[in-house]
Amino acid sequence: MGRAVCVPPLVCASPSSFADPRDAGVNVGATWGDAPYPVLVIDRDGALVGLNAAARRLLPRGNGEGTRRHLVPSWLSAAHRRLTERAAGTVTAPLTGEIDERRYEAHATPSEDGAVVWWLIDDTDRRVAEAALYSSQERVAVLSAVSSRLLSTLNVPRCAEATVSMAAEHLAEAAVLVLPPQGRRHTLTHARRGHPVQRVVRRIDPRTVQGLAEALQGFPPVPARWIDPDGLPDWVIPEGFTGPVGSVIVTPLPGHGVPAGALILLRSGTERAFTEGEEVFARLFAARAGAALSAARLYTEQTAITATLMRELLPPALHTVDGVEYAGQYRPAGDEERVGGDFYDFHPGSESAQETLVVLGDVAGKGLDAAVLTGKIRNTLHALLPLAGNHDEVLRLLNGALLTTQHTRFATLVLASVRRQDDRVHVRLTSAGHLPPLIVRRDGSVEEVPTRGTLVGALPEISSVGAEAVLGPGETCLLYTDGITEARGGPLGDEMFGERRLRRTLAECAGLPAEAVVERVQMLAAQWIGAGRHDDMATVAVSAPAKVPPGSADREGAGEHGGRRK
Amino acid sequence: MTLPIQVSRLRERLWRAVVDGDEYSAVRIAHGALAEGIEEETLLLDVIARVQEKVGTEWAADRISVAQEHAATAINERVVAALAHRPDGGPYRQGHRGRVTVGCVDGEWHAFPARLVAEILRLRGWQVDYLGAQTPTPHLVAHLHRTNPRAVLLSGSIPTHLPTAHAAITACQAVGVPVLAGGRAFGPLGRYAFALGADRWAADARGAAAALEAELPHPDPAAVRHIVDDLPHLADQEYTMVVQSRGTLVKQTLRDLEDRFPALREYSDEQRERTAEDIAHIVDFLATALYVDDAEVFTGFLLWTAEILEARSVPAVSLVSGLDALSDRLRDFPRTLNLLREGTTALLERAHSPAHGPGPDLHV
Repeated sequence: MGRAVCVPPLVCASPSSFADPRDAGVNVGATWGDAPYPVLVIDRDGALVGLNAAARRLLPRGNGEGTRRHLVPSWLSAAHRRLTERAAGTVTAPLTGEIDERRYEAHATPSEDGAVVWWLIDDTDRRVAEAALYSSQERVAVLSAVSSRLLSTLNVPRCAEATVSMAAEHLAEAAVLVLPPQGRRHTLTHARRGHPVQRVVRRIDPRTVQGLAEALQGFPPVPARWIDPDGLPDWVIPEGFTGPVGSVIVTPLPGHGVPAGALILLRSGTERAFTEGEEVFARLFAARAGAALSAARLYTEQTAITATLMRELLPPALHTVDGVEYAGQYRPAGDEERVGGDFYDFHPGSESAQETLVVLGDVAGKGLDAAVLTGKIRNTLHALLPLAGNHDEVLRLLNGALLTTQHTRFATLVLASVRRQDDRVHVRLTSAGHLPPLIVRRDGSVEEVPTRGTLVGALPEISSVGAEAVLGPGETCLLYTDGITEARGGPLGDEMFGERRLRRTLAECAGLPAEAVVERVQMLAAQWIGAGRHDDMATVAVSAPAKVPPGSADREGAGEHGGRRK
Repeated sequence: MTLPIQVSRLRERLWRAVVDGDEYSAVRIAHGALAEGIEEETLLLDVIARVQEKVGTEWAADRISVAQEHAATAINERVVAALAHRPDGGPYRQGHRGRVTVGCVDGEWHAFPARLVAEILRLRGWQVDYLGAQTPTPHLVAHLHRTNPRAVLLSGSIPTHLPTAHAAITACQAVGVPVLAGGRAFGPLGRYAFALGADRWAADARGAAAALEAELPHPDPAAVRHIVDDLPHLADQEYTMVVQSRGTLVKQTLRDLEDRFPALREYSDEQRERTAEDIAHIVDFLATALYVDDAEVFTGFLLWTAEILEARSVPAVSLVSGLDALSDRLRDFPRTLNLLREGTTALLERAHSPAHGPGPDLHV
C-alpha cells in the first residue's frame, strides 16, 4: 500500500495512498466520481485504492482498529485476482455477485500497471424478472404437456392415472386423485414421484381431510396453510411415502357443472412448503385435469348409452338350427358406423317341425336414420311371426304398418322360411322388391330363385310371387343386398362388382359351410372396393351341411372326452 | 409330456379331415387330443397352425383347389372355435394378467393367425378382446378408449395393408396404448413393423405372449407423429402419385401389353380381368415398397407370384413385360423406376436358378 499507484488513463493517478482511499472527485473531475454506478479501483495487489460516492454508499465497512475501511466483497476480490494473474488487456465476461442482498454485474477496465477499475451495475431487478419469466415459461410448457397427454385419452382410469402421475412429477412429491363417489365408494388414484400409479376403490370419509369434502362438493379451495398435515388419514398417503407430510394442497377439479373430483398434493416435511404461486399453479393444472376427466366421463356415458340403444339394431348372431347352417355378415357404409340401412334377422323355429324365418332387407337411405327404420321393420316382423306361414299376408301387414308411420322411406326385403327334412332343406322364399336370392348347387352351378314382388312402405297395395327351393347337402342359398353387386372398384378402379362376378364367386363356394360362403362373398366385394367408398353390404347364407353330423351318441362321447381333460 | 411323434401323427389326421371338408371329424380329433393329454397350446400351434400353413402351401403349389382351400380354412377356424367354447373352458382362463386387444389391420381378411394369438394369450391368463378380421381403425381406437388395454396386438398377413397398419399403429400410440405387430406383412424379423414405429414385433404367438409378459411401456401420447416423421422419403410424393393413378396405370399397362402381345386381344373378358388384377397387384405391391422404401416387399411378391404362375403352367417371364410397361409409364419417378429395375433383375435371376425361396402368404 505504500507506493504510488498508476490508474488507467481514464482516471487520474492519485498522488499518494491513504489509509482509506480518498474521494476521487477532486482530481478526477466528473469522469467516474459522479458516475451513477459504483466504481472501485483496485491495485495489482488487491488493495482498494479508489472508489466513488456510489461505491462508498454501497460497500460495507469493516470495524477493525478504529478505522472503518470499506471492504471489497470476496467474490470481487477473487475475480480481481483471476484478472490480474492473466495478461493485461484480456477481456473477460462480466462477473456477478451479491452485495447486501442485491446482485451486481462487475465490468473491469484494466490498466497497464495492473490496477483495475471495476464498474458495478445492479441487475437484481432484471434477474428477478428473468426468473419469473423462466418459471412462467416452464409452467406453460408443463401445462401444454399436461393438456396434450390428457387430451389423448377418453378413458376415465387412464385419464386419472395421467393426472396423478403428472402432478407427482411437476407439482408435488405425491398426488392422490379422489373421484366423486359411486354409491359410498370412491376411486382413489395414488402416485409417488418415479413410482407406478396405484388405483383402489374403497369407502372413505372425505371429511377426514380438511377441504376435501368441500372440494368434492364444488366449494372454493381451502388455502394450503389452513390444512394440518399431521391429521391426514392413512388412505391419503401413497404406499412407500416416507417421512411425515409437511404440506398439503387440496384442490377441486372443476367439471361440467359438477366437480370432476379433487386432487390432493403432498410434500414431506423435509421439502419446502407449497408457496402461494404453487397453489395457483396447482389450480390451473386441476382445471385442465377436470376438463379432461369430465370429457372422458361424458364419452364413457355416451358410449354406454349408444351401445345399449344400438344393441337392438345390430344384426343378430346366426348359428346352426336343427341341422341347418345359417350365417350372416354385415358391413355398414361408414367405417365409423355399426349399423345402416341394410338389415337381417333370424327367428329360429322352436321345434324341429317348425320353420325358421330369415329376413334380409334394405331400407332406402344410410346411417342411423335408416337403421332406426330397420329396427321398426324387424320388430313388426317379429310380432307377425305367428303368421309367417303366409308370406303374402306378412308383407301386406308390414306394408300397412310402414305406411302409417311418419317415415317417408320404403324398404325392399326377402323372407325365407326354412325347414329341414332328412338331409334336405326346404326353403320358401318371397321377395318384396328385393334382389332375388341365389342358390349354389353341389356341382357349382348357380341359380336365381324366381320370386318377385312390390317393395314395402310406398304403395297402398302390394303383391308378390313366392318360390320354393330344396337344398341338398353342401348347397347354399344366399340372400344379399345391392351393396354387394353395386360395389365399385376392381383393378380398373371404376367397375361394378355385378351379379356376374357374384355368381362366379358363388360357383367356387359349392360345398362350403354357410359361414365360409358369406365370408368369401364379403371378402371379395371388400377387396373389389379397396379403399373406395361403398354402400351398406349385407349377406345371409342358408346351407344344408355337406356332411351330416354323426349320430348324437358320438357327439356326446366327444363332449365327455373334453370334460375329462386335465 | 407330448411326444413329437404324437404331434406329427395328429397333424396328419387333422390334415386329412380338414382337406376332406369333414368338420365333425376335425373337431373330434382336436377334442380327442386334449383328452389324451396334449397341451392345448401345443395343439393350437404345433398341430392346427401347422395344418393351416400346409393349406396355404398346398394351394400355392396347385395341389388343392381354391374351394378345398376355403373349406379347409373354414374348418380349421371351427376347430379353434370349438376348443375355445368348450363347456369347461380350460383351466387358466381367468384373465388375471390384464386386458389386451387382438385385431387385424383394416382390410386384412386373414384372421386365423390373430385368432390363434388370442387363444394362446387366453390360455396364458390374459383377458383378451378379439376384434376379428379387418378391424376398421376408428372401431379399434374407440375400443381402446372404452377398455384401456395394456397393449394392442395387430396382425397383418398381406404387405399391401402396411400403410393402413401404419395409421392404426400411430392412432393406438396416440391414445397411449403400445402396439405389438405380428404376421407376415411386417416382413422378415419385423423390419416393417419397426419402420412403422410399432413398439414391439413378434415372430409368432409364443413370441407375442413372451413380449407381453416382459411388460410393454406405454408410449408417450403427447409425441403424436405424422406419417412423414416415420417415413421421410414419402415427401417425394411418388407413393401418393402411384396410389392415386392406380386405375389409370392398370388400364394403360393393359393397353401397352396388348400392343406388345397381340394375342392378349383374343383373351376372354374373364382372362382380361385376371390380367388386369395381376397388374393391379403389381401396382399395389410397388406402392407398398415405395411406402416403406424397401425393395424386398416388391421383389418378394414378384418371386412368389412367379412361383404361383409356374405351378399353374403360366410362364413367369410375362411379369417382366408387365414391369417393363409400367416403367414406361413411370419414367418421372426415380425411386419407383429403381424398384421396377430391382424387380426385373430378381425375376430374371430366378429364371436362371432353380432354387426359389418362400414368398409372402397371399392365398385368397
